[in-house]
Amino acid sequence: MAKVPVQFRLNGSDRAAFADPADNLLTVLRRGLNDFGPKYGCGQGTCGTCSVLIDGELRLSCLTLAAACEGASIETVSGMADGPNLHPLQNAFMEHFAAQCGFCTPGMLTAAKALLDRNPNPSREEVIDAIAGNICRCTGYEPIIQAILSAARGMPAQRRS
Amino acid sequence: MPLALRVAQSLSEAAGILAADPRTRLLSGGTLVMRDVNEGRLTDGTLLRITDPAFRQMQVSGNRIELGAGVTMAAILANRELAFLHAPARAVGGPAIRNMATIGGNLFAETPYGDFTVALLALDAQVMVLAGYGSARAMPLEEFLAGRARGEARLVAGIQLNRPQNAADFRFLKVSRVKPKGLSVLSIATHLPGSSSRIGQARVAYGAMGPVPMRARGVERALESKALDAGAIAAARAAALEGVAPATDAIATDWYRREVLPVHLVRLLGERA
Amino acid sequence: MEFRKDLFQNERDDNLNVVGKGVQRQDMPGHVTGRSPFFDDHAFEGLLHLKVVRSPHHHARIRRIDTSAAERAPGVKRILRGADVPVNKNTLLSLINFGKDDEPTLAVDKVRYKGEPIVAIIAESEAQALAARALVRVEYDPLPTVFDVEEALKPGAPLVNDTYPGNTFEYHEKYDHQKLRFGDVERGFSMAEFIVEDRYQMSPIEHAPTETNGSIAAPEQNDRFVVHSCAQGLFFSLGTAAKIVNLDSNRLHFIGGTVGGGFGGKVDSLTEPLSILGAMMTGRPVRYVLDREEEMLYGSPRGAERIYIKDGIARDGRILARHIRSYFDAGAYTRLSSYAAIKCTAHLPGPYTIPNVASDIYVVYTNRCPSTAMRGFGITAVDFALEVHMDKGAEACGMDPMEFRILNAYRDGDMKAHRRVAKNTALIECVQVAAEKARWPISEEAKRQSSLTGGGGARAEIPATPIDENGRFGRPDTRNGRSTQTLPAGTMRIPMTKQPIMEGSTDNRAKPPAVPQYEPYRPASAPPPPAYQPPPAPAPAPAAAPPPAAPAAPASQHGAHRFSSIFGTRRR
Ligand SMILES: Cc1cc2nc3c(=O)[nH]c(=O)nc-3n(C[C@H](O)[C@H](O)[C@H](O)COP(=O)(O)OP(=O)(O)OC[C@H]3O[C@@H](n4cnc5c(N)ncnc54)[C@H](O)[C@@H]3O)c2cc1C
Ligand code: FES
Ligand code: FES
Repeated sequence: MAKVPVQFRLNGSDRAAFADPADNLLTVLRRGLNDFGPKYGCGQGTCGTCSVLIDGELRLSCLTLAAACEGASIETVSGMADGPNLHPLQNAFMEHFAAQCGFCTPGMLTAAKALLDRNPNPSREEVIDAIAGNICRCTGYEPIIQAILSAARGMPAQRRS
Repeated sequence: MPLALRVAQSLSEAAGILAADPRTRLLSGGTLVMRDVNEGRLTDGTLLRITDPAFRQMQVSGNRIELGAGVTMAAILANRELAFLHAPARAVGGPAIRNMATIGGNLFAETPYGDFTVALLALDAQVMVLAGYGSARAMPLEEFLAGRARGEARLVAGIQLNRPQNAADFRFLKVSRVKPKGLSVLSIATHLPGSSSRIGQARVAYGAMGPVPMRARGVERALESKALDAGAIAAARAAALEGVAPATDAIATDWYRREVLPVHLVRLLGERA
Repeated sequence: MEFRKDLFQNERDDNLNVVGKGVQRQDMPGHVTGRSPFFDDHAFEGLLHLKVVRSPHHHARIRRIDTSAAERAPGVKRILRGADVPVNKNTLLSLINFGKDDEPTLAVDKVRYKGEPIVAIIAESEAQALAARALVRVEYDPLPTVFDVEEALKPGAPLVNDTYPGNTFEYHEKYDHQKLRFGDVERGFSMAEFIVEDRYQMSPIEHAPTETNGSIAAPEQNDRFVVHSCAQGLFFSLGTAAKIVNLDSNRLHFIGGTVGGGFGGKVDSLTEPLSILGAMMTGRPVRYVLDREEEMLYGSPRGAERIYIKDGIARDGRILARHIRSYFDAGAYTRLSSYAAIKCTAHLPGPYTIPNVASDIYVVYTNRCPSTAMRGFGITAVDFALEVHMDKGAEACGMDPMEFRILNAYRDGDMKAHRRVAKNTALIECVQVAAEKARWPISEEAKRQSSLTGGGGARAEIPATPIDENGRFGRPDTRNGRSTQTLPAGTMRIPMTKQPIMEGSTDNRAKPPAVPQYEPYRPASAPPPPAYQPPPAPAPAPAAAPPPAAPAAPASQHGAHRFSSIFGTRRR
């Protein structure tokens, strides 16, 4: 089958891959470019584990046609840290125990980043709405909400002893 | 043959491709089409993308509003001129879905999806249909929905509607079990011009109460030329179930949908009384 | 969180390094950077993708399978059928010699639930595997179905699982259910002032892990295969896969442990055997991942359970006898349901000291998706039923539900129904703290109770116990029989020898011992009987609204009050 070339910026680097015409972006990121940050959880838009930012907008890579991303700038969780320095959201997730199995975490972080990039000071309701498309089966969400709020406040979480 | 991909630069080119090949499927936001691809329900034929900027254009300044079929829910939410459409736009999926989901796709989404379309139905929207090369033909949304199953409307270019004269006359309610994001048990949109004194041209629409979004004609009749008082609301309640044919799905049984519809209708009407 | 350090002080060491302290998880940096290696996060050159054809019928004979068009489809490398699977019949617990092999990896002659895998397609891309899957033609003759556990036990019900012709798992090679007998429940009921009985139904529950089940298998050096697996029990999965693909286990190199949510739903090795087989057949890495729909519909749920409980309660609120009859819906194959019934039995009658207890726990085959482990399976549903029933018992005898629990709670030194002495019991304290937190008033008397005192003594005795032969398989006439003999008081256990039954084994099977051997049990020195005298129960008030009609009571209930209703009827 004729493959189509796709080029885009991925976490700040120019990348290119050959994809099947109907391939979704998640498949191309994972199997074409070995970026295993975004996860497959459903392939139907319901879980949010495949969330990425395309030109700064939150998207579900499983429902995005890879060929339509030509020339776009794509961010995944793999590019969230600046070298060894974690993003404040990543630190807050660690502090607040906001991951158990960790499978939803890349998507949660991405959805949270999409929120904070636009609204650095969200209310609890805005945080809940921002992660409404992301399913977590382990934590019960509360630690995730707390982590995002605390990252937004930019202050270290109070450790509970 | 595996799935192929074509890109149309203009709407009329797209209309031509779609008219010529019944196995071509338009990909708008892709939230429903890509699922069919991912799960192997769509394994051959052609996917068609439209890059024509007209597909995503919005004319929102005057009283007559025109929205391209490729306009996303997020684009509607980002536009202050369209505040009256924010409630139904926000009712569609979570934030990532709203960044992708388009008006055009919503017109085709199968029940219990189609929340935005319910709002458009109560607002007497017109659908701009391209049946091949040539110019778009305006069609009342209700007529479009009736013919949707027959697959005649191969390309919707956009929609047109009048801005409600009084924003408070238009209400939208989506009932779901999972909050803030969940599929519809049902949705209701009401447009009751003059509801502060005497209603004229009442429009009430339901989602998930039949195979496609539908007008609640019994309720409209009960409210027409009435003041929105307890008596009118009681009459609306009595007529609430006229013509409904809800399905049983993973979200709710048809029995449940019938049972709760009048309750929610009364609440929605009572909100402004 | 609050630690109640005032409770059980001398049973606890407070100098612990981890318990009670906030400690960072070692896998957290991987999780927040997206670098934790889940099974699917591994790159392989030449990776192939496997998809299965599933039955659209709940129960059908397979007349014909035609894969010729699929074989010619673009990208298809190999198609697997039942005949390609070296050991195409397995039961998970065969690794611990429990149960008979009953489930094929790919169905051959029959399908027994909707979604059962029949054919596996291996192709260069997922899209090609999906496209080829649509080309496989299977012809079926649909068979009668059964979806209800009690219907499945009726004479003439469709036979679901040929390995178990009675539609039930077979316990101890003898009975169609797991028995528990402790004391004489019939005598207990006849002494009771109140009889409370009811029926409880719990639905199947899907684990819905965020990561679906899947695995990648690839040829490795030295004729071995590396397997990246989602399994919760990695070595359990290794053993299961080794048996099915008929390789020595040292030829499989399982890598895993980073599981994207399991909750019990990743113990069945749903994908590993076919991935490995695919890698063996193609010489290339093979990836088999369930999609979300497969995970939700066919990835084994927690099984449904139907539970009947009957309590006999004395005027002062003591439960004198409890009988439980429960049906586990195993679906079409055993998987782990047989074990759930054992766990359930060991848990009965709940954390209460009741002198007469009997239970019959059935594992029943129906044409539903096979069910499996899930967070406390075997316990959760029966606990739900027992605790709702405790509330009803409290209501029947006019007691506060908290105090009713404190009164009947087990205490250290009590004998449990499965003949183990209760130790480290803490129910009384739990109820007291719960009442305090909920500001639920309980009497001073109830507040003074302790699980450390008042147990043992008479409460540690093993009563004389009538036993029966009900439910001998192949003997439907035994189902409602009377007891056949009485074990003397103090009998600890009846040893039962048991040997594994392996599919196709020819050697002699274990025979139950002809004569039960009784092992007497002597309780330790007896502490004084409990001091707790519950407030006298008011005469049972006639219920404000009479409960729905009770099922016809056996004649032997001479005058006891009956409280009964049937759950589960739904308005349509
Ligand atoms: C997780 C999730 C949650 C969702 N929640 C909701 C919800 O709450 N409410 C709701 O209403 N919907 C919901 N949806 C459904 C869907 O996202 C929306 O209905 C959306 O508006 C569909 O638009 P789309 O552009 O993505 O459609 P697409 O997937 O691109 O297209 C859908 C269908 O419409 C056809 N089509 C699209 N545009 C045109 C056009 N201009 N002319 C002719 N044919 C066209 C396509 O060919 C296709 O058959 C949800 C979907 C997902 C995956
Ligand atoms: S994998 Fe994309 S939303 Fe679940
Ligand atoms: S941490 Fe497991 S799904 Fe969220």
